[in-house]
Amino acid sequence: MNRWTREQIAARVARDIPEGAYVNLGIGLPTRIADYLPADREILLQSENGLLGMGPAPAGGDEDPELINAGKQPVTLLTGGSYFHHADSFAMMRGGHIDICVLGAFQVSTQGDLANWHTGEKDSIPAVGGAMDLAIGAKQTFVMMELLTKSGESKLVSHCTYPLTGIACVSRVYTDLAVFEVGARGARVIDLADGMSVDKLSVLTKLTLAGPGQGV
Amino acid sequence: MIGGFGTAGMPDELIDALIARGVGDLTLVNNNAGNAESGVAALIAAGRVRKIICSFPRQSDSHHFDARYRAGEIELELVPQGNLAARIHAAGAGLGAIFTPTGYGTMLAEGKETREIDGRQYVLEHPIRADFALIKAHRGDRWGNLVYRKTARNFGPIMAMAARTTIAQVSEIVPLGDIDPETVVTPGIFVQRVVAVPGSLQGSKQ
Repeated sequence: MNRWTREQIAARVARDIPEGAYVNLGIGLPTRIADYLPADREILLQSENGLLGMGPAPAGGDEDPELINAGKQPVTLLTGGSYFHHADSFAMMRGGHIDICVLGAFQVSTQGDLANWHTGEKDSIPAVGGAMDLAIGAKQTFVMMELLTKSGESKLVSHCTYPLTGIACVSRVYTDLAVFEVGARGARVIDLADGMSVDKLSVLTKLTLAGPGQGV
Repeated sequence: MIGGFGTAGMPDELIDALIARGVGDLTLVNNNAGNAESGVAALIAAGRVRKIICSFPRQSDSHHFDARYRAGEIELELVPQGNLAARIHAAGAGLGAIFTPTGYGTMLAEGKETREIDGRQYVLEHPIRADFALIKAHRGDRWGNLVYRKTARNFGPIMAMAARTTIAQVSEIVPLGDIDPETVVTPGIFVQRVVAVPGSLQGSKQ
């Protein structure tokens, strides 16, 4: 089978982001989506540490330690962009002003529950950051992840076993093998990597999946 | 309370002064738990912090916190970042508590009161206030009006509201009126002390 590369997943997500959208890209994998946003669409990126209209990384030597993204990497501000404080930033999120948020995940349930902040291991130091606010705040929350763990277990599950980030908050899951819609009616496959089929995915995930165009 | 997101907006010089004064047994409110060797990390390394309230302690360069936490020497209260901001803002705005949707149904809301409002579930969260807030701004005047610089603004404006005494370090103290009243971000009523630290402006571009 042909897996989509991380770059191809990022490009696949980017394709679904419409003109004029306000978007927050979570730290890690989703950050790469910015590189694939269609140049003919005006899309405004928000970063929860206080900027709207975030631009690409600066040229070497132009970094400003006071102009960073949520991952604390140097960025730039587009002409027309703005800065604001944390209460305003999370009001944008929680108040439903952000159209799309894309996050990484440890697990997503077919109902749209998300687990992405803590493995629950006793000796690990937990850190949540803005994940819980982002997950439940945006109008639509997408997840970008590899479908299987290194040991071959599905990260799309009937019920999350890792500590939850949010309940029924994810609507779409972009993976290296397929794109899924998730929610109250369960999981439906809406796009497949070459050589993949709904039946093969059902075996890999041990889930009941509806195919493209099918109800659940 | 100490402003900053990572090192952007971290008032390093005020923290150095705090360390020099020898105060300890502090409860700290910050987004993180220190980066590398300066600022909050230096305060933790000096053993002055009993408890930290933050959203994202674990980072590649949070080794001073990690060591003290694993040794059981620092208590951690983990708060989702938006709830941290909302609770600080609530304290500054004189609210008794807030109902927030963030964290509902997660282990960070365990044992907390919840309520359904208009069909959605919320968690009751209480304000976070402080005796002192140490923040970093770009320019200030003697009335305490402040403007910030880029993403160094982050928690500064709301922490200034939530502390009994707010001390702002600025790269420049300017005469009254030099800051356009239309662009004041933190009105001076929220700021009790302004300290000029001319070298503290990071980056070369305005």
